[in-house]
Amino acid sequence: MLSFIARRLTVAIPTLLILVVLSFVLMYTAPGGPFNSERPLPPEVLANIEAKYGLDQPFWKRIAVYIHGVIFNFDFGPSFQFKNRSVNDIIAQGFPITLTYGFWSFVVAVTVGVSLGIAAALRQNTWLDYLAVGISIGAQVLPNFVMAPILLLVFTLWLGWLPGGGWAGGQWQYLVMPVIALSTSYMASIARITRSSMLEVLNTNFIRTAKAKGLPTRRIIWRHAMKPAMLPVLSYLGPAFVGMITGSVIIDIFFSTGGIGQFFVNSAFNRDYSVIMGITILVGALTILFNLIVDLLYAWIDPKIRY
Amino acid sequence: MALLEIENLQVSFTTADGDVNAVNGVSLDIDTGETLAIVGESGSGKSQTAFAAMGLLAKNGRATGAARFDGQDLLTLSQRELNKIRSHDLAMIFQDPMTSLNPYMKISDQMAEVLMLHKGLGKSAAITEAAKMLDAVRIPDAKARITMYPHEFSGGMRQRIMVAMALLCQPRLLIADEPTTALDVTVQAQIMQLLGDIRRDFGTAIILITHDLGIVAGFCDRTLVMYGGQIMEEGATDDLFAKPTHPYTRGLLNAVPRLDQDEETLRTITGEPPNMSRLPAGCPFSPRCAQVQPNCPTERPALETINGARRRACHLPVSEVA
Repeated sequence: MLSFIARRLTVAIPTLLILVVLSFVLMYTAPGGPFNSERPLPPEVLANIEAKYGLDQPFWKRIAVYIHGVIFNFDFGPSFQFKNRSVNDIIAQGFPITLTYGFWSFVVAVTVGVSLGIAAALRQNTWLDYLAVGISIGAQVLPNFVMAPILLLVFTLWLGWLPGGGWAGGQWQYLVMPVIALSTSYMASIARITRSSMLEVLNTNFIRTAKAKGLPTRRIIWRHAMKPAMLPVLSYLGPAFVGMITGSVIIDIFFSTGGIGQFFVNSAFNRDYSVIMGITILVGALTILFNLIVDLLYAWIDPKIRY
Repeated sequence: MALLEIENLQVSFTTADGDVNAVNGVSLDIDTGETLAIVGESGSGKSQTAFAAMGLLAKNGRATGAARFDGQDLLTLSQRELNKIRSHDLAMIFQDPMTSLNPYMKISDQMAEVLMLHKGLGKSAAITEAAKMLDAVRIPDAKARITMYPHEFSGGMRQRIMVAMALLCQPRLLIADEPTTALDVTVQAQIMQLLGDIRRDFGTAIILITHDLGIVAGFCDRTLVMYGGQIMEEGATDDLFAKPTHPYTRGLLNAVPRLDQDEETLRTITGEPPNMSRLPAGCPFSPRCAQVQPNCPTERPALETINGARRRACHLPVSEVA
């Protein structure tokens, strides 16, 4: 088990390196640069600025300096867009916000999705099943860029119950709408996966054995069916969790939450190279980490999987 | 009074292609300590008869008629009442030991929950009892191995575990649904030996559902032959094997390869098993029967009692069955 974790973490290092190099190459080959704004700078000024940020150096030197800085000083460089702010500052400011609403979205999506899925499976082909399937299809076809304006319209403009945006240190009034908007489509997917895998498990021979033993339905569901039914859900949850906690530009724009989603997209528009790199590495590292956690949870659920 | 008495049992399944009648008016009974074999090919309704009695039919299945266990009709009991009987008085083991145990739970938990539920034992006492039962079905080193998971046992061992689990509460009737079909021949013999010992040591009545006539002879007191969801013939096993009075029974017996006869080809019953959603109005075996009579396809032969203990459903007189 420990050696498995060590092995996976060792493999993570070259994986991240490849990610860094590929992103770097893509940025390098993309036309334009951080200082090619609509109003062109005089050539001497541009040359000066580019020299200051090391953009006049050859490709191999720039990437070497970057990787060296990341590895030895954990320094992801200065932002090209915001003066006097480093990438570390931007992530330190934005990531806790994203993490907060992402985490709560995850909790909501899993709780509601799994309950809905199980209820539908247990009452297959009844009104409850149709209702649950209906809700999850409805939620699936409402992506967050549709959900967000609807929520704003209803809760802020019509009812006036919730503030229309901002963060205010993450008070609950400011959390409600981002969490609902971000979690609905994930919730819908979780509900569908849970329903179909639970239905499949309930048809297995070992559930028939459990019934023949005279066990009450509640025990059959929780003790016998739950673990295997959760396996497919679990493999969806790893990437979904990373997707939620690294946020969404939609949420950040509609609700002015100030998470890293917005920084990520803006940095791409502005060719803010170091911010793009920093957030890419963050998302990559989190993906690797949560895939590892999912694999470990698999082993915990399924005794046939041993590392 | 018989221990289990099934009367005019009908089982049908609602499917997209209409209703499929898997069991059509089966009546049978079994006494305390008796062993009854139900034989027939795949799709003859033998397993569904047992599932109906255990309340284990698939969701789209319906059972009508009666299945009285100790006087209580199992078909009309509530789920809660049925759960009190299942495993406590009426236990079942299944065809495929590889998938019939929960792969995500330790054997100890799967066995202990039966005793905790039906006998009110605490967990550690239940596990001790369960280990004793594993010992009784000759699982070596039972005390240590009980904490293992199903995948750490072979198929034969898993079927032993299924048997042990079914016997935990010392049920009065054990239904064994093709318990040896998925196992190789030597393991088959071991499991049959085990079931024989159980009948002797615990006095458990056993219904053995199988298509293997070889394991029926020498094990079961009585044999019941099913085809197309109906009973074709029933009688004391020795008598039935020696003097089959139904063309289908005769065909089945002829199809058993014998070592003491020099035959090159395997004798079979021609034709295919019936399509259960389109059974003939008469005898379900008539399309394949070598001695079919003009009225067979249209007129269903009644199940008649002959010579006291023998029942048969055939239009052909006994003397003419060849």
